[in-house]
Amino acid sequence: MEVKNANAAMLSNYEVFKLLTDLKEQRKDSGRNKHSVGQQNLNTIMYETLKYLSNTSCSRQNPEIVKEFLTTMMPHKLTKAEKLQLLNHRPQTAVEIQLMVEESEERLTEEQIEELIQTVADVLPGDPEQENSAPADAEMDEASEQGYC
Amino acid sequence: MFVLVEMVDTVRIPPWFFQRQLNEAVAEELNKKLANKVVYNVGLCICLYDITKLEDSYIFPGDGASHTKVHFRYVVFHPFLDEILVGKIKYCSQEGVHVTMDFFDDILIPPESLQQPAKFDEAEQVWLWEYETDEGAHDLYMDQGEEIRFRVADEVFVDTSPTGPATAASDTPAQPGQSTAPPAEDNGEKKEAPYTLIGTICEPGLGLLSWWNS
Repeated sequence: MEVKNANAAMLSNYEVFKLLTDLKEQRKDSGRNKHSVGQQNLNTIMYETLKYLSNTSCSRQNPEIVKEFLTTMMPHKLTKAEKLQLLNHRPQTAVEIQLMVEESEERLTEEQIEELIQTVADVLPGDPEQENSAPADAEMDEASEQGYC
Repeated sequence: MFVLVEMVDTVRIPPWFFQRQLNEAVAEELNKKLANKVVYNVGLCICLYDITKLEDSYIFPGDGASHTKVHFRYVVFHPFLDEILVGKIKYCSQEGVHVTMDFFDDILIPPESLQQPAKFDEAEQVWLWEYETDEGAHDLYMDQGEEIRFRVADEVFVDTSPTGPATAASDTPAQPGQSTAPPAEDNGEKKEAPYTLIGTICEPGLGLLSWWNS
């Protein structure tokens, strides 16, 4: 076996998530168990990688969102790797941005960092459970109040 | 975190797969060979991305299988240096904090790369960060199962391909007085990870996610 190019392109977590989800569906649909003999390795890595990725924000992205995100990132003059990390991690605090953007103190002002956080939060979908937690609590309160009546 | 790697390989398709589409059979064989394996200096292979070119297939004398040279792209886990990743603490030991990402386990954060000052709690077998506040030091424990954000500081590839009998022969006479049991144990421990990531959390923002949430 020969490796032609060990780094032909970087993939975002969403791309890998999509590829694995499709592959899983495809293998389930075909249902040819006799052909899956010897594919334990593929099944294992598919299951484990999907388990990891479905717990990240990438499971809620789609091609339109990724495209929109990259367009809005254009004026920020970030490198490819930096944008990729923002996309994968969906940072919500300034300290996270400083980790992912190299020499961010010199390259970005505080306002720009705030702007980045805002854009990331607006464009990339977050965890619905976390974001709905406040209203859910309110409902719970109501419910418990009703309970007391 | 993930990269596409262009590779070329000769794929052998046994005759009982001849009724299938060549693409399909080749994809199956490539996944059988590479999925969940580490390729030296390349990374941990996940799954086939696409086949870019199929060359002519050949059947050699004495073997009913067809051999096809295939150009393909594979999805590989190979984070770049300084990339930020999130994992879970698998366990702590004297060597440092061991982190898992479900599909990849060989991540170590050595003691000198932890948030300083760090201390190892022998009784609980856990690392802690003696965080200094105005009211004195506050111990932040790095418990098992906690989510942790770290930076990739280094990668270590070990060639784990089988070695010839020469090394085994030289090992045995070195300890003639010992019984056979200890060398056997040694062999078990020598099962080294082919690909290890060395992490660091020695920066603001790194470490347990709960440390930085508020």
